Amino acid sequence: MEQNIIKQEKNKVYQKSKLLIDRVMHYCPGCSHGTVHKILAETIEELGIQEKTIGISPVGCAVLLYEYIDIDWQEAAHGRAPALATAVKRLYPDKYVFTYQGDGDLASIGTGEIIHACNRGENITVIFINNAIYGMTGGQMAPTTLEGMQTSTTPRGRSHIETGFPIKITEMIAMLPGVVYATRQSVDTASAVRKTKKAFLKAFKSQELKKGTSFIEIVSTCNSGWKMTPVEANHWMRENMFPVFPVGDIKDLI
Amino acid sequence: MAVKGVIEVEVELCKGCGVCIDNCPTETIALSKSVNGRGYNFAYPENPESCTGCTNCAIVCPDTVITVYRAKV
Repeated sequence: MEQNIIKQEKNKVYQKSKLLIDRVMHYCPGCSHGTVHKILAETIEELGIQEKTIGISPVGCAVLLYEYIDIDWQEAAHGRAPALATAVKRLYPDKYVFTYQGDGDLASIGTGEIIHACNRGENITVIFINNAIYGMTGGQMAPTTLEGMQTSTTPRGRSHIETGFPIKITEMIAMLPGVVYATRQSVDTASAVRKTKKAFLKAFKSQELKKGTSFIEIVSTCNSGWKMTPVEANHWMRENMFPVFPVGDIKDLI
Repeated sequence: MAVKGVIEVEVELCKGCGVCIDNCPTETIALSKSVNGRGYNFAYPENPESCTGCTNCAIVCPDTVITVYRAKV
């Protein structure tokens, strides 16, 4: 009885964003991508910029992102999203342009593109999902894989002697004068999701100031690739990824 | 007057990842023993009376299948 009193339209405090298309996402249960897509849709809805936003979707698990959020999209070749975003933003300087890329996309094949786009200070927002693995292709080692972490191509654990150290892209990007905002966030807890949403709002708002690139890294999980349950993966991420990829603002000139 | 909440889970869309259960401060949610049409043990409010409508579960849900209502009763 009490439940029916509470369950009224006026008491609704949280519901799915209207920008999220009614379609079941293809991601594994508990994947961080779904949470980030949701925050992205909520950010665009809150800012009221649905008609003025153009997203660049990547190659990787999030390749079908254009099927999930109701805005305009372009699909880039692997790693080339910043180059495409540069073109879109220069043709339409009043639109809000963002790229959404994983670590295999941005930190490996697309390192050249992202560094030069940030160095030019392109007025775009970059969303970088770092789950330390190539999730889509079967859990191979990525440039961001932790030392000692087992993947299908480093079955004895990654060793820096053979394959180098985990690359800290956000710290590298933050050194470039073209970047106005560089931050690292996560989406494992409700408070982390709230902080990440604030970072999204700030990054999209910063495009209005036309000062330079805003860059958001999200430390994420890949429970299928890591061979864990989603909840275990979140705990593993806090214990092992946060010491190497500490969460927080790295540069803020807005 | 106490703040009470009600959650509504879209059972057929839930993938049973359990992230909501880990984030629920009042241990309201649990995974069901039965499965939905796609074979997942879906989340459901096991202790509905303890819900405060904090929205944590809905915020962390990767598939956004939870709607939250909150009122003073």
